[in-house]
Amino acid sequence: MTFPVKLGRGVAWGYLVVVLLITIFPFYWIVRTALSNNFAMSTDPSSLLPVHFTWGPFKRALGLATPAEAAAEGGSGAKIELGLALWNSVVYAGVLTLVTVVFSALAAYAFSRLRWKGRDVVFGVLLTALMVPSVFTLLPNFVLMKDLGLLNSFAGMILPSAFFSAFNIFFLRQFMLGLSHEVEEAAIIDGAGPLRVCFRIVLPMSVAPMATLTLLQFITTWNDYFWPLLVTNDESVRPLTLALAVFKQSSPQASLDWAGLMAATLVAALPMLLLFVVFGRRLVNSIGFTGIK
Amino acid sequence: MVTTVQDTSAQVVRGSATTAPPPPRRRGPASRRNDTWVAWLLVAPAVLGFGVFFAYPMLRGVYLSFTEFHILTPPVWTGLDNVRQLLDDGRFWHSLGVTAYFVVLSVVLGVGVSLITAVVLHRLGVNTTVRGLMILPFLISGVVTALVWTWMLDPQLGIVNQLITWITGEPVMFFSSDAWAVPTLAALNVWKTMGYNAVLIFAGLQTIPATIYEAGRIDGASEFQMFRSLTLPLLRPILVMVVVLNVIGATQIFDIVQVSTKGGPADASLVLQMYIYDKAFGQFDFGYAATMSLALFLMLVAVTFTQMRMARASESDTN
Repeated sequence: MTFPVKLGRGVAWGYLVVVLLITIFPFYWIVRTALSNNFAMSTDPSSLLPVHFTWGPFKRALGLATPAEAAAEGGSGAKIELGLALWNSVVYAGVLTLVTVVFSALAAYAFSRLRWKGRDVVFGVLLTALMVPSVFTLLPNFVLMKDLGLLNSFAGMILPSAFFSAFNIFFLRQFMLGLSHEVEEAAIIDGAGPLRVCFRIVLPMSVAPMATLTLLQFITTWNDYFWPLLVTNDESVRPLTLALAVFKQSSPQASLDWAGLMAATLVAALPMLLLFVVFGRRLVNSIGFTGIK
Repeated sequence: MVTTVQDTSAQVVRGSATTAPPPPRRRGPASRRNDTWVAWLLVAPAVLGFGVFFAYPMLRGVYLSFTEFHILTPPVWTGLDNVRQLLDDGRFWHSLGVTAYFVVLSVVLGVGVSLITAVVLHRLGVNTTVRGLMILPFLISGVVTALVWTWMLDPQLGIVNQLITWITGEPVMFFSSDAWAVPTLAALNVWKTMGYNAVLIFAGLQTIPATIYEAGRIDGASEFQMFRSLTLPLLRPILVMVVVLNVIGATQIFDIVQVSTKGGPADASLVLQMYIYDKAFGQFDFGYAATMSLALFLMLVAVTFTQMRMARASESDTN
C-alpha cells in the first residue's frame, strides 16, 4: 500500500469515528443525565459520568417518587403520566400498524396476483397519494374528525391512516409481483379460490416484507407527533411524544428537571431501542431495499 | 387477531366453495369475473380509506382555502380574499424564507454528509453493525431529538456549550439567537436523518459493480477521480430520490421546531408548518391556514417537478 492510500484510509476511518461519535453521544448523554442528581448536575455540568448517581429521575418519571424525594433531587412539581402515555402509544401504534399492514397486504394481493377490470386505473389513482404531502390533508382530516365527534379518541387518531397507505400497498405489490406463479397455479388447479390462494399461499410467502413494513410503520407511528397533537387534548389518549413535549413545556424554564425529563425520554425511546437491538440488521437491509425498489 | 382473520377467511372460502360452480381447469372468462368480485372486496378498505381520508379531505382543503372558516361556524365562501391576504402577509413571506433557508441548509448539509458517509462506509467495507448504529437517530422521534439536543446545547449546563465555553470563553446561544436558531434546527434535522440517508445511498453504491472501480484503478484513477466520474454519475437516480425525499421532509418540518424554539426568538425560526399550525390552532383561522397549506403544497409540487426535470435533463447529458 502506498503512503497516500494509507493516509486516505486513515482520514476515512477518522471521519467515520467522528460521525459515529456524534450519532451515538446524545444517546449516552440521555442515560448519563437520567442517572444524575438534578441539583448536583449544575455544580458539575461537564462530568462525563452520572453526577451523584441515583435512580431518582426514573422514579420521578414513573411517578414512584414522593414529593419530598423529588424536591430533594431537584425534581419539579410537573408530573408526567408516563405509564398511561406508554400504554396510549402502544395502542395507537400497535392497532394502526396491524390494521394498515393487513389491509395493505390484501389490496397488494388484488393489485398483483388477480386479473380484473380497472385494476391498473384504480392502482394508479391510489398511487397519486404518494405525491401529496400529508401537510395538505391534515387540517381537513382534523375537521372531518371533529365533525364525526372523534376528537380525543383512539378512533380519531387511528382511522385516517388505518385503511389506506399508498407506500405499503406499493411496497407489497412490488414484492408479490415477483413471486413465482407455479405454487399458486397448482393450488388453483386443485380448486382453491382467490381468497384461499391469498391467505394460504401468497400472504405466507410475503411474511418477510410484511414484517419489514410492520416495523417501519410501527416506528413511524410511535414517533408521530403532529397528528396526535391535532386530535388529542388530554392525557387519556395522549401518546408519549406529546406527553414528553407537554412535560417540558409545562415546567418552568429556569428550574427544568432535566434528569427527570431525560429519564422519561429514555423510557419513551426504549421500545424503539429494543426493536433496534432485535431487528437492526433487518431494518438496515430493508431501508436499502426501499430505496432500490 | 391474525388467526381470527384467517379463520373467517377460511369460512368464506369454504362457504363460497359450496355455492360456486366447480372451478374451471384454466383461467377462463368465468374465473376472471369471480376474480373481479373478490378483487374489489380485497381493495375495498384501501379504496374506502383513500376516498374518505385522502381524496375527500384534499378537495375539502381546496374548498376551505377560499373560505372564512373558524371551525365553530360553517365556512363562508370569500373567493380570493385569502389569496389577497396571503400576498400581503409579511409573516407568511418571512416564514417562507425561513423554511427555504432551513430546507437548503438541511438538504445540502444532510445529503452532503450522508453521501460522504456512505462512500466511506462502502470503500472501507464496514459491516452491517456500523450501518445499524448510524440509523439509531432514525428510530427516535423528533420530540426526543429536540429534547436531548436542547439539553446538550443549553447555554449554561449543556455539555456542548461547556466545551465551547472552555475553548472560546463564551457560550453560543444556539436556540435563542436570531442567527443561530435556523442553522441549529437544520443541524438537528441532519443529525436525525443522516444515517437513514447514508444507508439508502449505501444500498445504491452496492448496485455499482466492483469491476468498474478495478478498471478505474488500472487506468490510474485516484479515489477522488473515481468518486467524481464513476460513483456520482452512477448514483444519480438514488441521489435524486434522496434529495427529493429530504426536500419534502424538510419543507414540512414541525416537531423539532415546535418542541425546541416554537418559532422563536421573535419568529426567527418560524417555519411555514409552524405558522400554519399557529393560524389554525392558535387563532382558529382555518380558512387562511388551509390557503397556506395549499400554497405550500403547490410549491412542493413545483419544486419536486423541477428537481425531477433537472435530474432527467442532466441524465441525458451524461448518457
